[in-house]
Amino acid sequence: MENVNNLGLVLAGSAIGAGLSMIAGIGPGIGEGYAVGKACEAIGRQPEQQGAVSRTMFIGCAIAESTGIYGFVVAILLMFANPFIGKLA
Amino acid sequence: MEAQELITGSHYLGLNLFGLEIRISETVVVGWILIIVIGIILKLLTHDLKKIPTGKRQVIAEWIVTTVNSLVKETMGEKNIAFAPYIAALFMSSIMGSLVGLFGLRPITSNYNTTIAWALVTFVMVQFFSIRTKGLKLHLKSYINPLNIIGDLALPVSMSFRHFGNVSSGFIISAILYMALSALSGAIGLPAPLTTVGIPGFLSLYFDLFSGFMQAFVFIMLTMAFVGAATEE
Repeated sequence: MENVNNLGLVLAGSAIGAGLSMIAGIGPGIGEGYAVGKACEAIGRQPEQQGAVSRTMFIGCAIAESTGIYGFVVAILLMFANPFIGKLA
Repeated sequence: MEAQELITGSHYLGLNLFGLEIRISETVVVGWILIIVIGIILKLLTHDLKKIPTGKRQVIAEWIVTTVNSLVKETMGEKNIAFAPYIAALFMSSIMGSLVGLFGLRPITSNYNTTIAWALVTFVMVQFFSIRTKGLKLHLKSYINPLNIIGDLALPVSMSFRHFGNVSSGFIISAILYMALSALSGAIGLPAPLTTVGIPGFLSLYFDLFSGFMQAFVFIMLTMAFVGAATEE
């Protein structure tokens, strides 16, 4: 371990953190799948309401996606605009 | 092109004005091109209008206006019909800003500055109309509960990150796929990166067309919902 300098340690930690933050993608995946399933049920029950149901579902899906997007933003920050490298000096 | 430059989009046009360096990013240039293009389209659609439409041109223009008006009426109520031009302009610039990705340009919505500007306009509108309908005293009274302060401040952050993240994740995935495909054609010994022809088009169809349209729609729906709620007694 004596060959590892501070910068290497920070970069390695950031890379691991970026990967870990993308675990946030699990939640929206499950949630959106459930929402689409429910929307299919609703359309099957009332096919004449297809337009309204799918419009509401799309908006709900896009909002449910936010948490995954936040994870993605954190990953992007860690990879391309790392705030920790500046703190080394 | 360097991978990082491709992803963070640090293309600058440096101008040296009286010893002051001014940097004009790609987003600003593309944004102004879009403004001009949208202006030309609207001018073409709306010049020389007749009471009884004779050509397709005026029918298209009338269809756009009717659709936006009915959407605003449906979500914000009859009395807020004056918001329709703003909503239409926001939708138009958002969708055109994402669609420039089809021409190989960087979408203007994949720059965080664009989406935070739009979200801040929504935030200011919500505050303004809330004060105007409820009065300053009643508006400030709602902030006795500190959760409301956090909720209101989170509104521009979540709206802008959602739009930015969706568009830029698609842009990054397309860029990574391009690099991987050209590396692949180098590895199997093709003289030119032939594998990059066609395959990324399907991804672009989803990320640029579907995702761009969806996020533009979600953005205007949320703006209408929040501003509409603020104008209610």
